[in-house]
Amino acid sequence: MAADPTTTADCEVSQPSTNDRMPDPLSIHDLTVAYHSRPVLWDISVDVPAGQLVAIVGPNGAGKSTLIKAVMDLVPRASGRVLIFGKPYKQNRRRVGYVPQRESVDWDFPVNALDVVTMGLYGKIGWCWPVTRKHRKTAMDALARVGIAHLAHRQISHLSGGQQQRTFLARALAQDADLYLMDEPFAAVDAATERVIVQVLTELKDAGKTILVIHHDLQTVAEYFDHVILLNMRIVAVGPTQTTFTQENLQKTYGGKLTLLDQATEAMRRAERSR
Amino acid sequence: MSRSQERSATKIAIAALFVLLTLMVTSQSARAGESSSITDRSVDWPTWEQWRRVLLVEDYNTRLVLAGTTLLGFAAGAVGSFTLLRKRSLMGDALSHATLPGIGLAFVLATLTGGDGKSLAVLLAGATLSALCGLAVILVIRNATRIKEDAALGIVLSVFFGAGVAVLGVAQQMRTGHAAGLEGFIYGKTASMVPLDAQLIGLAAAVVTIGCLLLFKEFKLLCFDESFAASRGYPVVALDVALMVLVVAVMIIGLQAVGLILMIALMVVPACAARFWTERMAVMTIAAAGIGAASCFAGAAMSALLPRLPSGAMIVVVATIVFVLSMLFAPARGLIARAVRRMRLESKVRRQHLLRAMYERLEARGTPPRPDQRDESLPVPFDELLPVRSWTAKELRSCIRRAERQELLRLASDDSVRLSPAGCREAIKDVHHHRLWELYLIKYADVAPSQVDRDADAIEHVLDAGMIAELESLVQEQVARRRIAPSPHDLADPEQSA
Repeated sequence: MAADPTTTADCEVSQPSTNDRMPDPLSIHDLTVAYHSRPVLWDISVDVPAGQLVAIVGPNGAGKSTLIKAVMDLVPRASGRVLIFGKPYKQNRRRVGYVPQRESVDWDFPVNALDVVTMGLYGKIGWCWPVTRKHRKTAMDALARVGIAHLAHRQISHLSGGQQQRTFLARALAQDADLYLMDEPFAAVDAATERVIVQVLTELKDAGKTILVIHHDLQTVAEYFDHVILLNMRIVAVGPTQTTFTQENLQKTYGGKLTLLDQATEAMRRAERSR
Repeated sequence: MSRSQERSATKIAIAALFVLLTLMVTSQSARAGESSSITDRSVDWPTWEQWRRVLLVEDYNTRLVLAGTTLLGFAAGAVGSFTLLRKRSLMGDALSHATLPGIGLAFVLATLTGGDGKSLAVLLAGATLSALCGLAVILVIRNATRIKEDAALGIVLSVFFGAGVAVLGVAQQMRTGHAAGLEGFIYGKTASMVPLDAQLIGLAAAVVTIGCLLLFKEFKLLCFDESFAASRGYPVVALDVALMVLVVAVMIIGLQAVGLILMIALMVVPACAARFWTERMAVMTIAAAGIGAASCFAGAAMSALLPRLPSGAMIVVVATIVFVLSMLFAPARGLIARAVRRMRLESKVRRQHLLRAMYERLEARGTPPRPDQRDESLPVPFDELLPVRSWTAKELRSCIRRAERQELLRLASDDSVRLSPAGCREAIKDVHHHRLWELYLIKYADVAPSQVDRDADAIEHVLDAGMIAELESLVQEQVARRRIAPSPHDLADPEQSA
């Protein structure tokens, strides 16, 4: 299927440099994802070079979470390929840190904040081995980085929403990954938590890590992120925030007018419903 | 624990009590008939000698049966805490019902081929195969069609159980072999247990417990955050299957002692009971295992004393008693502890409202209480306090009486209220917190000043010291700690702010 003209243009977040450099932290090529034969992501192609702080922005149902999940093989791909530092996700899993949506778990679960953060280390600990003091120390350090070390032993349902979000962030930090994928870390958090998250993101970026963040607050995109991916089932635009995060591109992403592609999808949906 | 799980546990508890009641009634009526069929549930009260023999576990047989079932309860409780947290409790129920056709078919096949149709190994092998078939059917229905899991469980549970009853009916018509006793698997019957069975049960329970121990960390992650587990490369489906295999294993070894109908209770009830006591998963798992073990021991002992009662019902009744006690009295999450906490908070809120109303009335007259006050404040007539909030005269009077007992204020004979020095200090603190919060809401949350009073009320009563300190620095009021910020809205008309 021919992609929308705007899609093919400028799919690199930044200009490609010489060939002998390290492979990109994330390279997506022609990715298509479908749920029950209904496509939710079309022909996604994007390369994210190292050391960037990238926002993924788009309306509800644009497939933002699905994109992140498809990168980590959590949802089946209909077609396309995803490379993490030049290798399939399976081989480079340890270099990827994941912060799921806060609502994706039941917070009335009998564990404390420290337990949750320690879960980020299970991959390192290995099957059947117990958690040792060393691992707890690492987890405590991660909690300290997000400023809630004093809440380590509090049961997670007794944490505020912002503190729960910080716990999830600490769990990803404990992994010490090189590429971070975060699903709406700023959703419904207090101002203090928002400041902490921004600070952590900046620290990670300064340490040369790459961070992709699904972001819903259009007001702060330009302030927090230097690159942006505008997504609505397909990539509408991608590039530096200054040049890409424009009124025109936002109109294209959120605008009501159906493109040919949307009409095709709608027709398929109708066909499936009538079956 | 989610509300639906609590509800299903309560349902099971009620069902278990109902079974006990039915048994008591039937035992009374059956005694008159003196029949000796397998449905005879008549109870002969054990003699002192029998009590002694069971309680001191003198019989080798009794000892083995008790040890076997106790281990079974331990394993069931441990596995049950995982399935509860994975929200798959009812899966076990469907699987246990799905064992029945396997038991019947195994008996028929073994008898036809000339083997021993009542051999436990054969019957349990049949039960296992049949349960795994049930699991496969559930997975196929859930994944391949648009039917949801609850409906899939309902289909498998009823259809397999129905088929099982039909097969048992056929088995009873057979010329060779006696199918009598197979019903023991439905309600559970430790009386038919021989030492070898008990050893088999104990061994399997030990294996299951070790499996839980080894995979504890992995199951914890799976139950809490499935998608994170998958992103770390854990085979979520395989882990789920491993958990279900443990469930089936417990189910199979529990068939004889507890029976397939009540087996689910032994997995759900101890785990639910344990959840009331703790917020740590490891503690919860051990507690659930302990409650399961104790229930099984007590139930099996009762069954040894009263051999005609189904042991499964006895075990579940004991577990249910533990559950009900936990639900009511557990300090962490029990209903009574919760109600007490809520009542305390409500009374604190009412007291703060009263003190604040007093302060604001006095302030409106230009004579606010001072923190270094040594004697009582000026009086505020009761009739002036009443319109401040939407409280009835009765509520206000009871609130005043309560505060009087705490020596915060005094209701004088002319029906006016005076704050004591301690009450003054308390009122000043409450008003200070309230106004800080109001200012915060106006400054940071864009709330209209006329709306603030109510919003502030909703939240200020749960503020802790840390949050107050944070508020004070946030609002950057140049108020010394002991001084009070001015109210950000007009206090002149009490009707408006109430």
